[in-house]
Amino acid sequence: MSRRIVGPFNRVEGDLEIALEIGDGRVQSAQVNSPLYRGFEQILLGKAPLDALVFVPRICGICSVAQSAASAQALAQAAGIEPPPNGRIAANLMLATENLADHLTHFYLYFMPDFARAEYAQQPWFAGAEARFKAMRGAAAAEMLPARAGFMRVMGLIAGKWPHTLALQPGGSSRPLQASEKIRLRLILREFRGFLEQALFGDALENVAALASVDQLAAWGAAHAASDLGRFLAIARELSLQQLGRAGDLFMSYGSFPQEAGRLFAAGIWDGAPAPLDLGAIREDVRHAWYAEADAPQAPAAGATLPLAEKAGAYSWCKAPRYAGRVAEVGALARQLVAGHPLARALAVEGGGNVLSRVVMRVVEIARVLPEMERWVEQLAPGEPYCVAADLPDDADGVGLVEAARGSLGHWLSVRRGRIHNYQIIAPTTWNFSPRDAQQMPGALEQALVGVPAGEGGATPAAVQHVVRSFDPCMVCTVH
Amino acid sequence: MRVLWLQSGGCGGCTLSWLGSEIAPLFALLEDEGIEMLWHPSLSEASAEEAFAVIAECSGGTRPFDVLCVEGALLRGPQGSGRFHLMAGSGAPMTEWIRLLADRAQHVVAIGSCAAYGGITSGGANPTDACGLQYEGNVAGGLLGPDFHAAGGLPVIAVAGCPPHPDWISETLIQLARGTLTRDALDEFGRPRFFADQLVHHGCPRNEYYEFKASAAKLSDQGCLMENLGCKGTQAHADCNLRPWNGGGSCLRGGYPCIRCTEPGFEEPGHPFAQTPKIAGIPIGLPADMPKAWFVALAALSKSATPARVRENARADHTLKAPGTRLIKR
Repeated sequence: MSRRIVGPFNRVEGDLEIALEIGDGRVQSAQVNSPLYRGFEQILLGKAPLDALVFVPRICGICSVAQSAASAQALAQAAGIEPPPNGRIAANLMLATENLADHLTHFYLYFMPDFARAEYAQQPWFAGAEARFKAMRGAAAAEMLPARAGFMRVMGLIAGKWPHTLALQPGGSSRPLQASEKIRLRLILREFRGFLEQALFGDALENVAALASVDQLAAWGAAHAASDLGRFLAIARELSLQQLGRAGDLFMSYGSFPQEAGRLFAAGIWDGAPAPLDLGAIREDVRHAWYAEADAPQAPAAGATLPLAEKAGAYSWCKAPRYAGRVAEVGALARQLVAGHPLARALAVEGGGNVLSRVVMRVVEIARVLPEMERWVEQLAPGEPYCVAADLPDDADGVGLVEAARGSLGHWLSVRRGRIHNYQIIAPTTWNFSPRDAQQMPGALEQALVGVPAGEGGATPAAVQHVVRSFDPCMVCTVH
Repeated sequence: MRVLWLQSGGCGGCTLSWLGSEIAPLFALLEDEGIEMLWHPSLSEASAEEAFAVIAECSGGTRPFDVLCVEGALLRGPQGSGRFHLMAGSGAPMTEWIRLLADRAQHVVAIGSCAAYGGITSGGANPTDACGLQYEGNVAGGLLGPDFHAAGGLPVIAVAGCPPHPDWISETLIQLARGTLTRDALDEFGRPRFFADQLVHHGCPRNEYYEFKASAAKLSDQGCLMENLGCKGTQAHADCNLRPWNGGGSCLRGGYPCIRCTEPGFEEPGHPFAQTPKIAGIPIGLPADMPKAWFVALAALSKSATPARVRENARADHTLKAPGTRLIKR
């Protein structure tokens, strides 16, 4: 048995270190360490409640709008207000833009470059993968960056800028869009659709979103082998990525994109079958994290964040959230499983959460959501209000639950005497990359890494990197 | 020009902003200008031991490089140990790595207000004892000390902003690559003057509302955000309303106030961000170089001269009255 410390683990958002115990050529156990602590939950204490909207987006440069959305929801609940329809639609457009841009960034810049690593030089598909996906030099990035920048003009138009907008308010949006701006939005979305249908899919978005079974996916991949998703599917089949990186297969989603009634993607749990989400079942355990411990794991609203750099048995700044005492996985796969997407459910039946199913559902979600954005733009009603004022009572509580690109994000806010009294955040990667809990139960990535082939020397094997990046981790959100 | 890029106590948003470069796609721009990323945490292929080797060789002097870019604040806590950020795979505080690397680099660039001055990460009670590379708020010092000059002769170059505009980062690196960024090209807080010698107020789309002091009462109103909603555009050094963000945006164009994010100490303004502090009904924090008495007199005069159109549109979220038409006499 040998021990290997893997870090700095890059092409993830933020800093990540993983300790692997390796024996018989495979990972026997893993410890995931989030090595950076900034203390946002402490920084926010005592501040005017609405100032949270300046601080929380800056928890994360890639999930910035998701953080704003969660905070705005928590503040809206505390103020007892609801955005008017225009405000709700504008907020959905902002979050959808960020989610889709993040999925694209992950696929092209963070995940695919690993197939251009020298380790794969002998593979028949290597030359194609290298030409297309080599980090910073591949042809795909040269096409994707202008497409992404073009798409982000949505944010320039509806949110001023990205990242770190202050347009998202508890009462809606500070940016009222007029009729001519609806036309510009439509044109921007049309141009982005063009890139996706040409490069990523080589097919209409609607056809990709309608894929409903493992066989259909395989047939689609064979028929669209020259598209970037097709290239991934071909490599994935060669490397059997559907057998790599399985965790506990309990999936959670807070649900996303509020509509006139309900949410576009429903909230819930997937445990081999759908189940309702019980927020009261969430606890945060800090036994192996560098924090002072209460008597028992705390519900988030009652949680505290008290750093303790010297603590026996601790190995991460990440807390360990648990759902009814169990490890839950979050992300696009979980979101689409809970929302009932047939392909997500078929992939889960085939092999649960794994490198293939996580990556496929992230990319399919792009095809699923962009047509919704096109519809939302048409629903904006210029002349009608975009924002109502938020007057917070001196004492109030609020919870904000959103789906960031990489999964479920929750903010728990309490206001006393007009100031922030407690602010607790559980981010998507806090769920996926949690350390062990008091029962010694490893977190989702820690489970997913067990059994992954790993040589005893040399560079960190690509398989380990595929598993880690398949979660699209955001380490700056994880600890905040 | 070889660039080593490290991240510490920040959000990574400066890199994400930079990726949105519109003047040219980022990777093409770097290649065209001869800027080589020795390693970047979000973009490079090299991971784990490969990445560690690059950083260790640069800090040990066996691999020459030109520019050290640091994104994120430097975390000195707890109790001066730097343990709030041990660089992954090294067991050593990031602050130590950066001290070593800063001594080897020709130029040291702070990317964003966290790396420059401490920024958001140093807000509130500053639980991590965060600071900038050469400033702690507006006080010279920070991690490297007030007298630090990199081997190339310049102090820390501060591409401030939360986040910085993509072009601010690109143009700073291009000027360094071409050798045209001199001491004179930096302002008193180390910011390149090409963006810092402007005010956010310049080119503000709400200029007519400002002229007449026709003010918004709440966010989403069209009026000027200075009187009631905390806007610091007349004091903030940046060209945000002259150099469009994400196709054509800016904070003001997004309907929310400038929070002065390119200035040292912006994270603690001493009042709620979107609320203008006033004394006897008059906003404190007037334009930096305008005599207060004149401002008050002009404001009173312009308020009484405000056209009804401007006054009514200022408190609406869309234009109620269009500008009148004056027929040209032939």
